[in-house]
Amino acid sequence: MAKKIRVLIAKPGLDGHDRGAKVVARALRDAGMEVIYTGLHQTAEQIVASAIQEDVDVIGLSLLSGAHMTLFIDVAKLMKTQELTDVLLIGGGIIPQEDIPALKKAGINEIFGPGTPVDDIVCYIQKNVKR
Amino acid sequence: MTDLTTKVLTGDTRSIARLISLVENADPEAISSMKTLYSHTGNAHVVGVTGVMGSGKSSLLFELTKTYRHLGKKVGIIAIDPTSPFSGGALLGDRIRMTELSTDAGVFIRSMGTRGALGGLTNAVFDVVDILDASGMDIILIETVGVGQDEVEIVKVADTIIVVTVPGLGDAVQTIKAGLMEIADIFVVNKADKPGVEQTIAELQSMVDLAIDRDWKIPIIATSAKERKGVSTLIENIAAHTSYMHETHVFENRRRIRYEAELLELIRKRVISYVLDDEKLKSQVECCLQRISVRELDPYTAADEILNALLK
Ligand SMILES: Nc1nc2c(ncn2[C@@H]2O[C@H](COP(=O)(O)OP(=O)(O)O)[C@@H](O)[C@H]2O)c(=O)[nH]1
Ligand SMILES: [Mg+2]
Repeated sequence: MAKKIRVLIAKPGLDGHDRGAKVVARALRDAGMEVIYTGLHQTAEQIVASAIQEDVDVIGLSLLSGAHMTLFIDVAKLMKTQELTDVLLIGGGIIPQEDIPALKKAGINEIFGPGTPVDDIVCYIQKNVKR
Repeated sequence: MTDLTTKVLTGDTRSIARLISLVENADPEAISSMKTLYSHTGNAHVVGVTGVMGSGKSSLLFELTKTYRHLGKKVGIIAIDPTSPFSGGALLGDRIRMTELSTDAGVFIRSMGTRGALGGLTNAVFDVVDILDASGMDIILIETVGVGQDEVEIVKVADTIIVVTVPGLGDAVQTIKAGLMEIADIFVVNKADKPGVEQTIAELQSMVDLAIDRDWKIPIIATSAKERKGVSTLIENIAAHTSYMHETHVFENRRRIRYEAELLELIRKRVISYVLDDEKLKSQVECCLQRISVRELDPYTAADEILNALLK
């Protein structure tokens, strides 16, 4: 049985809109990936613990509330302390261009803004999974 | 013993997760670990939870697990959702109902796609149960797919089988597939906060009363995962079923079914990969296929020929 790419999709923080996250989740499934959808209001600890149990290749975070600078970076930090070095971390949502360099520096591998075609996300994952 | 095996035995989360991936991908690397782990299995009680999608299986698993944790039990959860036959991908959404459990070190949750297996389970499920068992879990809860087809494969893995239904679906006996009726050890009517519970229970009761050939009296339990009601009663009934099984031959019989299914499946896989890995046999298969397609040979005779060649 061939290995399948496993992706954890989570929404950290308090905003209650998960339409975008669900669209991405479905697109990844249709591209042959196993998507673990964890739902709303996840803490960084819950996201990282779930990613470890599910042995995922990718963590995808979605956020619309504007708290990405803290929440995304919290997840990236926790991944470092937990030595999740072979897991790709990507983020999506409403994220101002000027925040992207800082996020990347903190360990978020890629950021996808609103309106990114889902195919781009699929391609990015397929090209960049670390194992 | 490999490092991975040792760590699984100590309950290391990451190693458990990694070994599950290896068995799921049928990676040969997993075999030596599985061989070593086996003598450490046999301690966990395996509970299968089946029933239609949306009946509240994941929500119930969440409530059951919280109560088991209060009782000091470690819980492993295997939550299975369908793999798309078209893309091979899957949307695994059972964790949505169990968020709070993610950070509990005494709980391990794994979401799995069916990856082509029929019957509501996934091919690697035997191995995953053994891994969780060897890692020290006291209770293993398995949530089957729940798309309504015959999900009776669960009898091959679970010691206690819970069939979940909800009120308001019409005649309860009709909505539960015949096969499921026969394998149930416990019936749960979830969403008991909704109207129609008494009727659903009565319908199930009239059917359970007909099952006079079994000496285990199948309990029917009303629960509300939403209002956290009936969960302790359910746990008491799981415990009662467990004692009943151990006091009778039912436990050994059921485990035997599991070992038999597991062993025969392994033999089947081994024989097939033996044939396909052997150059000569493989070309004989190709040749047979050719002759079958032009109606020069029938598949039965072809299988005889290949088995004869194999046994030489
Ligand atoms: N009213 C009510 N809703 C419930 C109950 N248990 C679960 N639900 C809801 O039913 C839906 C499906 O639940 P889920 O646990 O995902 O069902 P599953 O598909 O069988 O795993 C969710 O919206 C739950 O919140 C219950 O006891 N009462
Ligand atoms: Mg479910």
